[in-house]
Amino acid sequence: MAEPAPAIELERTDPPPAAAILPLHPGLAVARGYARARMEGVSDDPRTARAAESQAWLRSLRATGPERERAVRDLHALLLGAARFEVGRRRAALSHVRGEELDDIALQAADDATVAVLGKLGEFRGASRFTTWAYKFALLEAGVRLRRRAFQEREVVLDGEGWKRFAARRGSPTAAAEQSELLTALRDAIDEALTAHQRQVFVALALNETPVDVLSEQLATTRGALYKTLHDARRKLRDRLVAEGHLAAVPAGDRKEGIR
Amino acid sequence: MNERPADGSVTAVSRLLGPDGYEVSCEECFARIDEYVELELEGADADERIPGFRNHLEGCPACHEDYESLRALVADGRS
Repeated sequence: MAEPAPAIELERTDPPPAAAILPLHPGLAVARGYARARMEGVSDDPRTARAAESQAWLRSLRATGPERERAVRDLHALLLGAARFEVGRRRAALSHVRGEELDDIALQAADDATVAVLGKLGEFRGASRFTTWAYKFALLEAGVRLRRRAFQEREVVLDGEGWKRFAARRGSPTAAAEQSELLTALRDAIDEALTAHQRQVFVALALNETPVDVLSEQLATTRGALYKTLHDARRKLRDRLVAEGHLAAVPAGDRKEGIR
Repeated sequence: MNERPADGSVTAVSRLLGPDGYEVSCEECFARIDEYVELELEGADADERIPGFRNHLEGCPACHEDYESLRALVADGRS
């Protein structure tokens, strides 16, 4: 999605050792402590308590002076915990990456997510807890960086490499014939029904399974723009295969809207 | 889709073609992913409340990963 924002000045301790990156999120302790400190005597009703906790975050982040500085530090700690959680979830796929680099990725993600959250406080509508809303910015920043890092030594393939997966399949003669017919129809549709850009995006994302955040960097665009192109390409292909009798039609009511 | 070969080829083609029905965009997915996750964890019918969200998760691997991470993180915080 958007390019990472510039780093902000935050009071921080030295980077944690590699062993500190575990599938835990130390920011949780911050959130719980923050909530407890703000919630004393407010309410036992979960919904009321949730709203009050969120409002406490907003008040402090919109305050001035020491209260805001403390709230920003708390927010950064919360988001660093979320970013480390994401690193921990993806660690198996990143076993070739040094722990210090993963620490740095988590820290950069937390920095940029903090900037994003502070810039978007006005967009928080209370549909979830403030902490859940804020977490998603850290997970996005960390996830994009980690997908790109995991793919860094690989080549983005824009031709039909992915067809090999289908060619390798075996089945009964009838199944093989049906598969051959369907795949031929699909390949024809890709060649004839799509624009050059739609074909490039469809082949890279759907056929070759290139991560969208890798392709967006390669093509200098956004995840949303690429997915919209993929969606339109899929719609064209499906319509054509339905028209040719290879696929069953979808009820009209389910298709009246598309991605805006 | 109707009768399909037993070797999984149509499942693979279905994956290529993505979900059949209406789906939200990546931008709307990000805007509402926190709400969707909390509705799910509260046992509410998140798909009824946010139509097209589940379809998008099925069609967009990156948003699906973000969703799984947020759900795991929030669930972990509740345990």
